Amino acid sequence: MERSHPKSIKLPETLEVFRNIKNAKGFAIDIGISLTKIAYWSTISHRRALYDEGFINSKDDSKMVYEVSEGARLHFIKFETKYIENCLDFINQNLVGAPSTMMGKSIKGTGGGTYKYSELILSKLGLTVEKENEISCLIKGCNFLLKNMADESFVFQRHGNPEYKFQSVDPDIFPYLLVNIGSGVSIMKVESEDSYERIGGTATGGATFWGLGSLLTKAKGFDELLELAEKGDHRKVDVLIKDLTGRDYLELPGDLIAASFGKAALMKEGKDSEPGNQFSECDVARSLLFTISNDIGQIACLYAMMHGLKKVYFGGYFLSGHPLSMHTVSFAINFWSRGAVQPLFLRHEGYLGAIGAFLKGAEECDAEKYSWLENYAGSSGLGNPMPTHIASDSLGSLQCSQPENLSSTASMNCPLGVASPVGLVVDQLEMDRWEPQAVYCPLLARPAKYVPDTEDLTQDAEAREYWLSCFEESVEKFALRAMESQPGSSTAKDRAHKFKQKYVCRLHYLREHPFAYGCLTVRSLLDTIEHCLKEFDFPDPYLKQKQEENERAFAALPSCLQKVDNLEWRERQELLITMVLAGNVFDWGAREVAELMESSDFGLEEASHHLEKRPWMVDNLDAWIERIKGPPHNCAAIFVDNSGVDIVLGVLPLARELLKRKTKVILCANSAPALNDVTFTELLMILKQAGSICNIIKTALAEGRLIGMETGQAGPCLDLSRISRKLADAMVSHKVDLVIIEGMGRSIHTNLDAVFVCESLKVAVVKNRWLAKRLGGDMFSVMCKYEQAPKERRGQVC
Amino acid sequence: MAHTPFNVMNGSVEIEDRSEVPSMPWFGMDIGGTLSKLVYFEPKDITPDEADAEVETVKNIRRYLTKNSAYGKTGHRDIHLEMDNVVIRRRTGALHFIRFPTSEMDTFLELAKSKGMANLVTTVCATGGGAYKFEDNFRKEVNMRLRKFDELDSLIKGMLYIETNNPRECYFWSNPTEDDHCEKCYYDFSHPYPFLIVNIGSGVSILAVYGPYSYKRISGTSLGGGTFLGLCCLLTGCNSFEEAICLAAGGDNTRVDKLVKDIYGGDYGRFGLPGDLVASSFLAVHSFGHMNSKEKRAMVSKEDLARATLVTITNNIGSIARMCALNEKIERVVFVGNFLRVNPISMKLLAHAMDYWSKGTLKALFLEHEGYFGAVGCLLEFEGTDS
Repeated sequence: MERSHPKSIKLPETLEVFRNIKNAKGFAIDIGISLTKIAYWSTISHRRALYDEGFINSKDDSKMVYEVSEGARLHFIKFETKYIENCLDFINQNLVGAPSTMMGKSIKGTGGGTYKYSELILSKLGLTVEKENEISCLIKGCNFLLKNMADESFVFQRHGNPEYKFQSVDPDIFPYLLVNIGSGVSIMKVESEDSYERIGGTATGGATFWGLGSLLTKAKGFDELLELAEKGDHRKVDVLIKDLTGRDYLELPGDLIAASFGKAALMKEGKDSEPGNQFSECDVARSLLFTISNDIGQIACLYAMMHGLKKVYFGGYFLSGHPLSMHTVSFAINFWSRGAVQPLFLRHEGYLGAIGAFLKGAEECDAEKYSWLENYAGSSGLGNPMPTHIASDSLGSLQCSQPENLSSTASMNCPLGVASPVGLVVDQLEMDRWEPQAVYCPLLARPAKYVPDTEDLTQDAEAREYWLSCFEESVEKFALRAMESQPGSSTAKDRAHKFKQKYVCRLHYLREHPFAYGCLTVRSLLDTIEHCLKEFDFPDPYLKQKQEENERAFAALPSCLQKVDNLEWRERQELLITMVLAGNVFDWGAREVAELMESSDFGLEEASHHLEKRPWMVDNLDAWIERIKGPPHNCAAIFVDNSGVDIVLGVLPLARELLKRKTKVILCANSAPALNDVTFTELLMILKQAGSICNIIKTALAEGRLIGMETGQAGPCLDLSRISRKLADAMVSHKVDLVIIEGMGRSIHTNLDAVFVCESLKVAVVKNRWLAKRLGGDMFSVMCKYEQAPKERRGQVC
Repeated sequence: MAHTPFNVMNGSVEIEDRSEVPSMPWFGMDIGGTLSKLVYFEPKDITPDEADAEVETVKNIRRYLTKNSAYGKTGHRDIHLEMDNVVIRRRTGALHFIRFPTSEMDTFLELAKSKGMANLVTTVCATGGGAYKFEDNFRKEVNMRLRKFDELDSLIKGMLYIETNNPRECYFWSNPTEDDHCEKCYYDFSHPYPFLIVNIGSGVSILAVYGPYSYKRISGTSLGGGTFLGLCCLLTGCNSFEEAICLAAGGDNTRVDKLVKDIYGGDYGRFGLPGDLVASSFLAVHSFGHMNSKEKRAMVSKEDLARATLVTITNNIGSIARMCALNEKIERVVFVGNFLRVNPISMKLLAHAMDYWSKGTLKALFLEHEGYFGAVGCLLEFEGTDS
């Protein structure tokens, strides 16, 4: 770790592909007949603004102290194999020290094309290619994705609601069948990390589709062929059951294809000259797509049944998220297995081999020891390749876009069709190493059934529309705040602008393709803001504000505590919860409240006037008070929300009351900044400061009865399937029997329906008029949801 | 697809016992997606009395059918399949096997009309999808009613009958990958159960047969003979199945397909993919894999394309059949259907595929009357009366 000032920090790469190529390490390559995937990892430096006692009174942000943390990022890039030379040249020109530093080194390679291009790689980069077994790479890659990527796999139901049904991560991913549809098809049975075998395959794969397609139509590429298929009508080319019989037949529905291409022969003989029987090349393309996909589905299904496997994952380039192909494959599997075999698709199906090869060569990166998070800012969405500035013309010079080329670079992030016409089209995936290791919260009652998000915006069009618009309207404020957070930086304005552009672009894309990054949720939209801010080097735009608000809140703490202590027991308990609620009104993430907070001198008192009068929208206050009349809890884990009034005047007094009851308290805060939420490092300082004001807190801190811990989260929501192992261990060792979750992001957008093995209290103020209406309340409605431990589990907590 | 009993079937013994034998002529029809099959029973035990009483039209039809081997432009009689001395319903005679393209149904009906059929037979037993589709045409053109029988019942019934009556019906190919040593060998199919039938017509049906009255349809695929012919017509401009097969015989699919060795430069040993196992097309790691580059396309002939199409379709059928057999734990796989007519390339490929991938545990069997079993089954059902 080093400390430095912002000026010594480089701007992040504005180049959108082969990002961080300058310090790339551990290359691996997967060269397929059609597509090439390059994998590497880089260390990325992220500034992290430090919450420091020293700078509060300083108006000069250059005095602000940053910590530079080194993180690791995995990069995967996919492009057409015919451009491999351009890409190798590009790497050669941009990788620092290349090729001299690479001379004599080797990289892992997989895929059929590795044999063909080894020489080229040696001559361009001085690297020898160590060929890795293709099938073991595919499986390693598939396991890695299933374990690390949220919403990696999905069931596809064409025209269903939702069309994409993302599967929550099953703690146990085995056994499964992996069907890799490349040029040909390979079928593997996978029983564990190390136990797998290729059990079959077929020659009728992507190359058959493309090869036959290029003979039968004028399509100039795979995608063009798919476009034709999308427009065609296979019934003009295929013989259906009802063509043979005029109706359903045997047990077969009339619409079922009896003979693929069966009408093509009749036609050729010129006997059937009815105009309705003419077919176009679109019809041929569609029939061909159906022929191949149906066949692959059927063969996959036969293998799955033969080996008693219920899950079939598809990888390879053939499907590439194409709805018609996925639909046909799914149809075939459901038809032939009568629903016993489940066809599952992967968001990153094309990267399996590259990921596997990379993992085999990347001991240095220790990829398998960490958990990894998709970087939404740097990854392409499902079926959304990005044009780049790498010229696709093989004679064209390769260019790296320069930082001054800002507007066009930003547009690179826009979906296909918006950006410059000259670029090579690539798809990329980035994953950031996430420390510490993430695990399920041990207090979840049914971890395998846990879904963090309350609302699935892919299913709910109205909610989707609302939130996308809501975030688009808010982004201006976020950008402004980001810019203002670095007044001393000459590039802040540009970066803030780019941040805004990137995020708005993403929102527009998501409006058209809500499934592009997995399940669309308020959480994923909020996380994307954080990823984008980080991308443009705004490590913590609210830092200064958070600190100022904390200071102001601390000034009010003594009188506040006195007020609490003067009350009778019951009134005190009521007030404590009300204070948490009033504190929770202070939230810069909520647009309407942000305006309120900016407009006047807004304090806890003012805030509490805004609160809904009792009975609240969800009002279990009496039950809660009834409960604490009883024996004290052993240990409470409180997931905190905002800085300032919220934590200092809301959460701390409640924690203090619990401590007075001899209940231990673990305060759980984000590991990394998100909006004005308290971070772990801030929490430690807040506790220290609180200790200097209140003796109860001071003593509890000293005795280890009040502990601050990090959650392992970096967004304003809470995903209890990925909390830090340390926190999970602490929850067990301290025998936590009460979970308190505070705030909209953590207890309404997520975890509203989460069930725990112990008691839980979810407290939040709804600071969004639309959502409040939806929940059956109004602006500033209150949720105070107290739940006892489920009966069967009570008494055997932890 | 549960076990379907032979709902409309009677054993042939019962039929023979019937006192009321239907009047001549006796036909059975199977109207498929591409080909229509007609089986005709020619009685050879006609007594003088009977001959006297016989209607002139019946004689004419018999004469027309048995003296010719071609009817109109597209009707053919497979003389080599003719079976003599068969007994049906106590009558002894010969079975004749006739086929014509289903697309020529109008011509067929016209011919039948011109031979006076409209005055004779009132009901014909038929199966296949076309029995439903052309029902109205038969009634309108030749005043004939089609009595429809289940396609799969007929297929199995006809197959068992022919197999019992023809000792050299069932065969296999020995050494299918070596052109010089490959031979057709007769197979004793007297204890057939259980076995798989893979019926390759325009599409493919796969049945598991456990006994004469017990079978189920377990699978099928739309990639069948119709797909081969359709694709061949589009790719090569050919006009008929015979022509397509002829082209395929002179072609080389390795100029179209990518083989294991094209990619790996040899075997892909770890997973048992042979790199250079004879000239077997099981090597094709992807069919038509060479076809997306202009240069490769320029080197490829119509013959090569036809061959690649044939190999692709055949291999696909082979692998589906093989997995069905494994799933059903059945070792004998009988391939029938007109896709195999004049098509030793496919038969040998199938024979090899079954043998190679099962390491010798699966046996591919073939039947001489490959496409006619459904029609034979219908002929056996024929009772000559309206029902």
